[in-house]
Amino acid sequence: MSVATQTELPAGKAIKPKLGSDDWIMRGFIAMIAVYLVIALALPLYAMLSKSFATYHYDLTQFEFQVSDEAGKFSGEVIAAQALNEQTGAYGPDDLVAGSNGRLKVTAFFPKFSFRSPVRYKIRGSSSSAVYLIGSERQTGTNWVETDSNMFRRIVLRPIASTGFSNFRTYFSTPSLVRSINNSLLISTISTIITVTLAFGFAYALARSCMRFKGVFRLLAMAPILVPSLLPGIALVYLFGNQGMLKSVMMGESIYGPYGIVAGSVFFTFPHAMLIITTALAISDARLYEAAVTLRASAWKTFWTVTIPGARYGLISASFVVFNLVITDFGLPKVIGGQYNMLAVDIYKQVIGQQNFEMGAVVSVVLLIPAMFAFGIDRFIQRKQVALLSARSVVYEPKPDKRFDWLCFAYCSLIAIFIAGILIVCQYAALIKFWPYDLSLSLNNYAFDLMDGGGWAAYRNSIKLALLTALFGTIVVFTGAYMVEKTQGFKTGRTLFQFLAMLPMAIPGMVLGLAYIFFFNNPDNPLHTIYGTMAILVLCTVTHFYTVSHLTAATALKQMDNEFESVSASLKQPFYKLFVRVSVPVCLPAILDISIYLFVNAMTTVSAVVFLYSSGTALASVAVLNMDDAGDVAPAAAMGMMIFYTNVIARTIHALASKGLIRHTQAWRTR
Amino acid sequence: MSAVDIDVAADNAPAPGQTFLKIEDLWKAFGSFVALKDISLEVNKGEFVCFLGPSGCGKTTLLRAIAGLDIQSRGSVSQDGKDVSNLPPSERDFGIVFQSYALFPNLTIEKNIAFGLENTGVPKKEITARVDELLELVGLPDQGKKYPAQLSGGQQQRIALARAIASKPGLLLLDEPLSALDAKVRVSLRHEIKELQRKLGVTTIMVTHDQEEGLSMGDRIVVMNHGVIEQIGTPTEIYRDPSSLFVADFIGEMNQLDAKAPSKDTAMVGNTEFSCIQHDHSPDAPVIATIRPEDIVPHGTGARSPGAVDTITSEQNTIDVDIVDMEFLGSYWRAGLSGEALGNVRLVANFSINAIRRMELAVGQRLSIELAPNRLRVFPANSKAN
Repeated sequence: MSVATQTELPAGKAIKPKLGSDDWIMRGFIAMIAVYLVIALALPLYAMLSKSFATYHYDLTQFEFQVSDEAGKFSGEVIAAQALNEQTGAYGPDDLVAGSNGRLKVTAFFPKFSFRSPVRYKIRGSSSSAVYLIGSERQTGTNWVETDSNMFRRIVLRPIASTGFSNFRTYFSTPSLVRSINNSLLISTISTIITVTLAFGFAYALARSCMRFKGVFRLLAMAPILVPSLLPGIALVYLFGNQGMLKSVMMGESIYGPYGIVAGSVFFTFPHAMLIITTALAISDARLYEAAVTLRASAWKTFWTVTIPGARYGLISASFVVFNLVITDFGLPKVIGGQYNMLAVDIYKQVIGQQNFEMGAVVSVVLLIPAMFAFGIDRFIQRKQVALLSARSVVYEPKPDKRFDWLCFAYCSLIAIFIAGILIVCQYAALIKFWPYDLSLSLNNYAFDLMDGGGWAAYRNSIKLALLTALFGTIVVFTGAYMVEKTQGFKTGRTLFQFLAMLPMAIPGMVLGLAYIFFFNNPDNPLHTIYGTMAILVLCTVTHFYTVSHLTAATALKQMDNEFESVSASLKQPFYKLFVRVSVPVCLPAILDISIYLFVNAMTTVSAVVFLYSSGTALASVAVLNMDDAGDVAPAAAMGMMIFYTNVIARTIHALASKGLIRHTQAWRTR
Repeated sequence: MSAVDIDVAADNAPAPGQTFLKIEDLWKAFGSFVALKDISLEVNKGEFVCFLGPSGCGKTTLLRAIAGLDIQSRGSVSQDGKDVSNLPPSERDFGIVFQSYALFPNLTIEKNIAFGLENTGVPKKEITARVDELLELVGLPDQGKKYPAQLSGGQQQRIALARAIASKPGLLLLDEPLSALDAKVRVSLRHEIKELQRKLGVTTIMVTHDQEEGLSMGDRIVVMNHGVIEQIGTPTEIYRDPSSLFVADFIGEMNQLDAKAPSKDTAMVGNTEFSCIQHDHSPDAPVIATIRPEDIVPHGTGARSPGAVDTITSEQNTIDVDIVDMEFLGSYWRAGLSGEALGNVRLVANFSINAIRRMELAVGQRLSIELAPNRLRVFPANSKAN
């Protein structure tokens, strides 16, 4: 019998496959895009992490002083700063903890110090790592430096860096900061429950009723994707704020705070939840409903035993996506949060308000934890959902039912009014001269150049950013996805790449932006030159929205026959010929989807870029934030609506272009 | 297929009989799983060889190693006297056809076929001529402007074939080319591919799990199982003289009876000793006696009844059985048989419609059958696990 008993390879050298030129080129591409992800993602995150553990304190043992007599003669003893401090008690232990920019005045060590005194002072470091400033001049070293009293008051000590958990200790012992964790979790949970419930009803009505105007409803429900998340905040201020149109509805409660954040979050996360749940409902199997009918199950029972279990992955996935969006969002709580602190806003306040970068990094790390967690669960659920999709099922066709259809119509109308209402209020606010005193219409609020925030240039910058992001992002993402999906061998490299491609989804925008400051604003970094340019904004935005784009491309590529590459190789054609002539044309619909996704998000994003824009690269979305901050709420609304209209136009062009292109290049799709 | 005779591959017409492809001591492991074990094989120029075996037996892995798509872990492959063991597919000389056709959906039929001809220095005019010639060859002239999705499965597979042979490769690899097609189309395309291969004389290796396909198309069959070659031979050789119980069982149908081997040319089933093909098993070892359903010859109803049709060649191998069940399968009947002589084991036999009619056979009837001695084969019993 010829069953080989040996189940291991015989000894001997493994065959080393000769790599063809294609293999080399492809590896080169993978390496290039992997380097891109490392530079644009891994290294900045590492810089941020290490920053959160970087602590600074003044080491008083490093400095020594000598004081002269009135005649300027140095005969006294040399005293270390440490000893001086012990004698005088000038600085307590808390005072010696510093930030990276900390400066410690030395005159406090000398109670008798007077800048008019003829007494002279000498200072030196007792080790070469001691740093101090005379005026703004940096001094190091162990040589004595002599100054007069007047100059001596301008001497400050600089802290030394070390690594440790003290930043985290400070964070967790500051009640106002820790409260944000609870606030963020609470607001995100409440918003998630409300949004998912509302979105489920909406998706259910779209999928299971025969109501009219489904297309209109679907379109309106998607509108919030086209505006920055802070826009609903502005509308809510106009509606329920101190001078709001419907202030009485609030019954004395303030919209600034949890109510406003939740209401706005429901608005901007609604389309995301609806999309996911619609997909989940669409794959429910009609045969299960037929079975339920034949078993004479009541509609109520059918709903709970068939509909909900069928859509459960969608519901869970939608929940985590919404949770993640709310907890990482910064624009909305900034606009309408009032005194109610949230984690994402804390990062902004620490960095922009207090210039405390280390604490900003700490809050970022804290915010990363729930975001990573939600992301991980969502990925896990999505994997299961795919398995459900591949099962063979019959599409459910709803039957008309007058009462139910009207109910659905009424419900969807309410939601649609809420969404359209927010947008209309913004547009109305933008056109009114001076709410609530002068209600005449004018275009004054569009004179952006007269306000802070960057003016019309900011709007043009945003369009430029969106176009560049769409162009470069699509190229990088699709090429990267192709290399991962279609190369043979080189497994470690591909796995690493896959991980890097999934990572951005878990990284909140604020965190990414801050990480970019740490990484790119470091003068030692050769890439420092792109700091403050459009390039860093494009880089950051592409990276921020990398994951969804990558998944879109990967899905499209997976649907293509894996043997194309084998055939092409057997025909001795280089892979790039196949790539250009087959892969790209076949995936064109997905490629267009990626580009519009990147465009729209680049127009609306605030969180990452708010740390990175410079005076020359102000953006429309950031301008909305800054104008609102400066009290120019109406112009902020006007700019927000400009973003909306731009996105509407972009999407329309995209739809038309797709249609035209597909008719041209996808003729093969029609039989 | 077109009847037009085109001299497609005149310039690489084979000198038959020469070794073209040589595989020596080839192993392939995926991680800790060894998919191919010590494969050695020679394929002659112009030959049509089929790799046949159940799914997971390693036949496709072997094909992919030959193509360089999944290079082997140990051992060598040489083609046309040249060692190609570690070369990437693009530096080897072969055309390949997959089960999924793998036609480029966005290119027309013409452009699909021309894909491998472009950028090779061939003038455009010649490419067009060559494409027309190939379309004619696979019997699909005038379809060049269509897209793959507009053709039927069988037509698409012919285009894939045309594309694979367009640049006149020395070796044609077919990976389950017919498995995705309807039964009828499959049978007709079987002949067309074989015909085309004969006409072009291109050395061809086809992977299939369908034994009928393998038997009808291959000049030689390589039967594989669990990563090893079980047997190499012509279709009739492996059908009539299987070298292992696996081959016997996998190719065609086979009755398997627990038996003993009292002497070197007998097998004891139940309490009857039959004469059989020579073997060298020891008398105590348990063995399996095998015989194909069509090798059971009916000799009429009742004990040695005068209704016997064929001459009895071996009295020893003729026994009486009862017909337990009968199944009509169109061109023949299948009968389930049982008798004390066999220890009441069920035996399956194929009887021609003719024989059934003449002997008026029906369920419940007693029947004399002969297990042809030169068809009764004995294998060791421990190989049954296969």
